[in-house]
Amino acid sequence: MKKNSFKRNTLPALAMAGPVSLWMILFVTLPMLYIIFISFMSRGVFGDVVYEFSWESYKTLLDSTYFKVIVKSIKVAFITTILCILIGYPFAYYIAKKPKEAASKLIMLIMIPFWTNSLMRLNSWLLLFQTSGPVNNFLQNVGFIDAPVSFVYTDGLVMLGMITNMLPFAVLPMYSSIEKLSKSLLEASADLGASRGTTFFNITLPLTFPGIFSSIILVFIPSLGIYTVTDMLGGGKVLYIGNIIKNQFGAIRNWPLGAALSVLLIVITGLLIFIYTRFAKIEDMEVV
Amino acid sequence: MSISKKQKKQRREEFIGTVYSIIIYSILYIPVFVMMVFSFNNQRYNYYWNGFTTMWYSKLFSNSALTESLWYSVVIAVLATVISVTIGTIGAVGLKKYEFRGKKFINEMLYIPIIVPEIVMAVALLVIFIKIGLALGMGSILIGHCTFCIPYAVVTIKGRISGDDYSLEEASMDLGANRIQTFINVTLPSIMPGVMSAAFLSFTLSIDDVVMSNMLAGAKNSTLPVLILSMNKSGITPDVNALTTIMILIIVTAMILNNLIKNVLKKRKKMEEAI
Repeated sequence: MKKNSFKRNTLPALAMAGPVSLWMILFVTLPMLYIIFISFMSRGVFGDVVYEFSWESYKTLLDSTYFKVIVKSIKVAFITTILCILIGYPFAYYIAKKPKEAASKLIMLIMIPFWTNSLMRLNSWLLLFQTSGPVNNFLQNVGFIDAPVSFVYTDGLVMLGMITNMLPFAVLPMYSSIEKLSKSLLEASADLGASRGTTFFNITLPLTFPGIFSSIILVFIPSLGIYTVTDMLGGGKVLYIGNIIKNQFGAIRNWPLGAALSVLLIVITGLLIFIYTRFAKIEDMEVV
Repeated sequence: MSISKKQKKQRREEFIGTVYSIIIYSILYIPVFVMMVFSFNNQRYNYYWNGFTTMWYSKLFSNSALTESLWYSVVIAVLATVISVTIGTIGAVGLKKYEFRGKKFINEMLYIPIIVPEIVMAVALLVIFIKIGLALGMGSILIGHCTFCIPYAVVTIKGRISGDDYSLEEASMDLGANRIQTFINVTLPSIMPGVMSAAFLSFTLSIDDVVMSNMLAGAKNSTLPVLILSMNKSGITPDVNALTTIMILIIVTAMILNNLIKNVLKKRKKMEEAI
């Protein structure tokens, strides 16, 4: 009885959950609804928003120029995700099999570089790979190449930046799901005569799949909207969805088009989350 | 015979694993070391290595654009941390403890800033701010940062609140403490580690943020990451390397101190329990 009255008390509930709820409604729900609304409006002559219903922005997305950027962004985000998972899984596995104390130190070691300014870390790749940079010098001195190779502002360098920026987000969720894996299951499988490959594909992989899927979400979705990597390493020559959205709200001023691209990202995000919630709870997603 | 073979195999696997993770760690640390090394480069722009100098560290504070944006960033990060951790802490306790209509909705909303690409959140806030006529500047950046820091704070702290056991809180109130006293003296100490991690996370997220700040900055001032992004076209000067080197050293030191304090507290708690 006492517990019930303690739990059902409107005033303290309002005082405690109120501020966070209000903040989320004001600065998440409303802006999101408004951006969806704007995507169905039309653009005025001076780049202003004219409040008239129109499909124009969505039609524009199907134009070959924008469509190519969308396809390319999805392709790059997809490749980044696959590579992060493939590179990250064995790494996460190695850490998860260490004793707990050592594992938490190794995880800490992954986090430290990420407290360095992310743009400066990207800039380092530029410094390393620029025409007169250390990599070109080394390759020339060894005699591997005759003239400096232009790595700068290529898709390859952008990909390197994407992977090094995203890898921790792939490793952490996979690490925690591998770490939770019970050792006795693996032993039982081995005792029953399964080879290590069989055990891996029939037990380890399916049981750690929620972790893998968390990683996919945490790598794929940010990769899709990122523009800092392309700005820093692509030199403005390589454009992804993020760059286009930024430009529509900046110099080019076509808000409905930028809004429509944002809605596209929201829809893709929603779709992935929907699939995720089919087999795992969203609360279980390891985000921090 | 077969045991030694098995051991050999295990040792070989362990070796491969170690080599592999050393490679991965190197890839993660190379950019940080390159950044530090080039802060000692004796050249106006970082085109190639031109000899060692510590000049940039002494000249650092004469670059007013740099120091102003750093100050701007630090003020925003401190304010964003205080606001997010305050709202996040009471919010996490409130969302865990009380049942109310729309709670599920709020819980779902909390995941949006974490999952949806940041550029989408940034432009959504931008159009709302322009719509209501809020001037772009420190205030708009601060709101933007809090919007993604609060969810992280709530999620981090909620993970620290253990189960549905409110017996300590109830005992405190039975003994005559009011709700606020109970929250400060009973609830807060028990979730303190979560609050600390939330604060650390909020600060690091805010100080390193580019996308939100770039979108919501006014024409005049901007944060350090926004300045760095705009410098990219002309080339980033070594004094920025020097500044970010100092910053990472401060952050890592703070983190080590935080861990040391945590360990001391843990030990003291254990000793108290033993007594």
